Amino acid sequence: MTGDRRLKLGGFAVVLVIALALPFLFGAYQVGQFTLVLCYAIAVLGLNLLVGYGGLISLGHGAFFALGAYTSAILIDKADVAPLATVPVAAAVCFAAGLLLGLPALRIRGLYLALVTLAVAIAVPQLIKRFDALTGGTQGLNVPRPTTPSWVPLADDQFLYFLTLAFAIVMFVLAANLVRGRIGRALAAMRESEAAAKATGVNLARLKTGAFAVSALYAGVGGSLYVFSIGFVAPESFTLTISFAFLAAVVVGGLGTIGGAIFGALFIEFVPVYASDVNEALAGVIYGAVLIAFMFALRDGVMGLLRQIAQALTTKEGRDERETAVRLAGGDRRRGAAPSGGMRA
Amino acid sequence: MIVAAVLLLAAGCGRDEGGEKSPGITKTEIKLGGSYPFSGPASAYKSIADGAKAYFDLVNSKGGVNGRKIKFVTLDDAYEPPRAVQNARRLVEEEKVFALFNTLGTPNNLAIWDYTNQKKVPQAFVATGASDWGADPDKHPWTIGWQPDYVTEARTYADYLKENKPNAKVAVLYQNDGFGKNLLGGFEKAIGGSGIKVVAKESYEVTDPTIASQISKLAASGADTFLNVTTPKFSAQAIAAIAKSDWKPLHILNNVGASKTLVLTPAGLDNAKGIISTTYFKDPEDPKWANDGAMREYKATLKRFSPRSNPNDPFHVYGWGAARTMVTALKNMKEPTREAFMDAARHLDETPPILLPGIEVKTGDGDGYPIEAMQIQRFNGQRWELQGKVVSAEH
Amino acid sequence: MERLIQTLVDGVATGSLYGALALAVVLIFRTSGIVNFAQGEMAMFSTFAAWGLLEAGLPVGLAILATLGLSLLGGMVIERVLMRPFEGGDHLTLAIVTLGLFILVNSGAGWIWGFENRSFPSIFPDDTIGVGGVDVPLESVGIVVLLLAVVGVLYLFFQRTKLGLALRAVSVNPESSRLSGISVGRTLMVGWGIAALVGALAGALIAPRLFLDVNFMGGVLIYSFAAATLGGFDSPLGAIVGGWIIGVTEDLATTYVDFIGSDLKILVPLVIILVVLLVRPAGLFGTREVTRV
Repeated sequence: MTGDRRLKLGGFAVVLVIALALPFLFGAYQVGQFTLVLCYAIAVLGLNLLVGYGGLISLGHGAFFALGAYTSAILIDKADVAPLATVPVAAAVCFAAGLLLGLPALRIRGLYLALVTLAVAIAVPQLIKRFDALTGGTQGLNVPRPTTPSWVPLADDQFLYFLTLAFAIVMFVLAANLVRGRIGRALAAMRESEAAAKATGVNLARLKTGAFAVSALYAGVGGSLYVFSIGFVAPESFTLTISFAFLAAVVVGGLGTIGGAIFGALFIEFVPVYASDVNEALAGVIYGAVLIAFMFALRDGVMGLLRQIAQALTTKEGRDERETAVRLAGGDRRRGAAPSGGMRA
Repeated sequence: MIVAAVLLLAAGCGRDEGGEKSPGITKTEIKLGGSYPFSGPASAYKSIADGAKAYFDLVNSKGGVNGRKIKFVTLDDAYEPPRAVQNARRLVEEEKVFALFNTLGTPNNLAIWDYTNQKKVPQAFVATGASDWGADPDKHPWTIGWQPDYVTEARTYADYLKENKPNAKVAVLYQNDGFGKNLLGGFEKAIGGSGIKVVAKESYEVTDPTIASQISKLAASGADTFLNVTTPKFSAQAIAAIAKSDWKPLHILNNVGASKTLVLTPAGLDNAKGIISTTYFKDPEDPKWANDGAMREYKATLKRFSPRSNPNDPFHVYGWGAARTMVTALKNMKEPTREAFMDAARHLDETPPILLPGIEVKTGDGDGYPIEAMQIQRFNGQRWELQGKVVSAEH
Repeated sequence: MERLIQTLVDGVATGSLYGALALAVVLIFRTSGIVNFAQGEMAMFSTFAAWGLLEAGLPVGLAILATLGLSLLGGMVIERVLMRPFEGGDHLTLAIVTLGLFILVNSGAGWIWGFENRSFPSIFPDDTIGVGGVDVPLESVGIVVLLLAVVGVLYLFFQRTKLGLALRAVSVNPESSRLSGISVGRTLMVGWGIAALVGALAGALIAPRLFLDVNFMGGVLIYSFAAATLGGFDSPLGAIVGGWIIGVTEDLATTYVDFIGSDLKILVPLVIILVVLLVRPAGLFGTREVTRV
């Protein structure tokens, strides 16, 4: 499918160019917003690996995000560790925690698993408060933001943006390689049918705990970078809201896609702000309604939409080829798909 | 090639944070910024913003402050610290406000105070009773509170007990966060060395559905006094639960939970009879102030600029009062700069008529707490009645 | 000893509240096989509707009955409009839809009625009877009796009526049911309607104690999920009993186990959910799930 691959690489290049240009086109406030989008995107990418590729529902992603954020915050605040050095530590801590959460996943499935993760997410603010000697409790921790080194001709917000972007690119490339390889296929197999996957030799236990661990690692990196951006952590920052937001972002962006994480992150960062600008009381109504609307109209998320557009724009041959393949495979799974124009003999 | 282009751009476009004299203030306008929870679980507090806006509208209708009209830009943060941080940045960097005013919530203010102090933007008269704002003028000179903090409030209760029930056995219900712990800590310190003893303590989380079991345990402790350090929803639950039980302690209810609209009416006015609390501003429902100039002005203005607001909601009065102090500081500043404003804010000496007689707003070198006095009030089954005299509890 | 019994009584009283909402959760599960994350908010919305009727002057009993009827209709509409397009779909989409519904209903209620606290009258008398030094509120007794009655009615409904049979058939195997002539869509609608009705009832039972505000069901939800998990997701009786066990455990744990205290109370439902799902996923009263390969 080289046409598809070229499309993907082309898309990636376009996004990269835009991403590199952004800090010079906008003011400090918006650049800060985009930096947050990158942090969220990394976390959402991790969740997509778990949910989109692996088919395991987690409502507790915010817990790992919080864990990563607090790990960095505590190390910087209490142990004077250099901010950059805290990122791998946060990643490692979250990886271990993810393995832990992966264990119940071995025996609990589907919406029951979602329930367990929900309970974990709800417990997080409490646990943060309980260990307040370390976490600062409800007072939270103020963490100084990294400043630009003197030899770099960038403003603080721009520097932080590029730093975060660098991490994001690395994480995205790693994820793309992961899903394209053996593990990606194993995840897809597991998502379709666990029994079948097992029959073909997939070690489900290792795959599941691994999936949780890796997704947690991603959340941890995102959380760590988030602390540099916001400069403050408190229990109120990590309520159920953020776990819901990550899940929404996965779906809005497109389940089982790598690029979807960006769009999902843009959604959860900008929609609440703009909804508030429109009508403060209705912000939640708009958010919930948009979410449901996406489920109705854009089941494959923004990436699905982009893919449809790209396919429609590419050669007629390529388009017809695809339609025939789909019809042969037994019809389009998507509900309400319009009948393909022009029957082929 | 892309890399080269980026480097070129970078070399030319590092941002120049050029200094304007003080943004947000012109000959005709002063721009203020506020971050409030207009949505989410804490949105009952948005009445504060409405009260403040009404006061600013009044001042503008009279020509403004030294000829400058006040523009108050408010943003929603849903009580989430990261949104408060982003709002602060947006207000300072995009809206270019002169000062941040009355940001609500302890965690939200803690989230932004390093930023505001680094940028040298006033973070004035924040809407929380935490002691932090007055206690740290060296590291955070640009931040200042307004209302009597929880420690002052706790001392007022302690003084009341020392005078009326010197051997009280106190059971405490407190919210397990900065607010609850701050007040409880202040109380325990204030009763040190007296005959008053805390015999039982129970905490709760805002995520708890009910506090019935905590009340049950406190009731069984044998205490004869109950210190209720809760937010409105749980204050109402506590009052109702005690009314149903056999326990009839002297009930001390903290100021945040003392709203008749939000707490006493749902809990049952009869059940609330005899409850003690504190206040520092005039109660719109107290017939004592029916003909009071300040109260009439407040009610008339609210009706004029915010006709759908309920004038009896004490949060409106709170916003009104804070806005008044803001305007005073703006009036007093010697130059139209942020530095001059903070200087004025840190050297206040006024007696806003909406506050109880005898309570003043005073700051100075070494005193970063604008209001440090309160008065005990008692609920008579219909409304709050002031008791005794204004009690001053300076730090 | 008295203290212990009082703790047990308190626990059962609180647990009944969890169980009431858990009942609605279980009914949705029995109908559509999903966990409805928006259940609490739907119940909250219904309770506000009841409050609105009360404000308009209706007497308590009438207001609540009217609300039950409205909720029945409301649940049916939600199934038809929102859930029908996704029936049989993957769990994740369903989870997102109910999540979106959660946010929508919560904010919508806030927009309509505001975020302040209100009181809600109880349908039971206010007195407390003292049984040997232990305080037993009549309201709690009333709630327990009412819930058990509802469970009984539901049992009869599922076992003895045609509609109940249809619901059971549809939840087990929609395809076969359709082939047997059952209108699957209509049956699902009724299922959701009944669940919404029970949710409204739960709201009316819970609101007097917790006070009515837009977020009052938020805290209850996770406890109700825990109760449903413990009791078995397809067992109405299990939901109630599960609620009692959780209420009592929580009370005992916070009173007698120092490490937990009041601030880690939230760990109780978490641990219970985890343990039950690991050890006996069907819960106490649920039917065991058999996966055919």
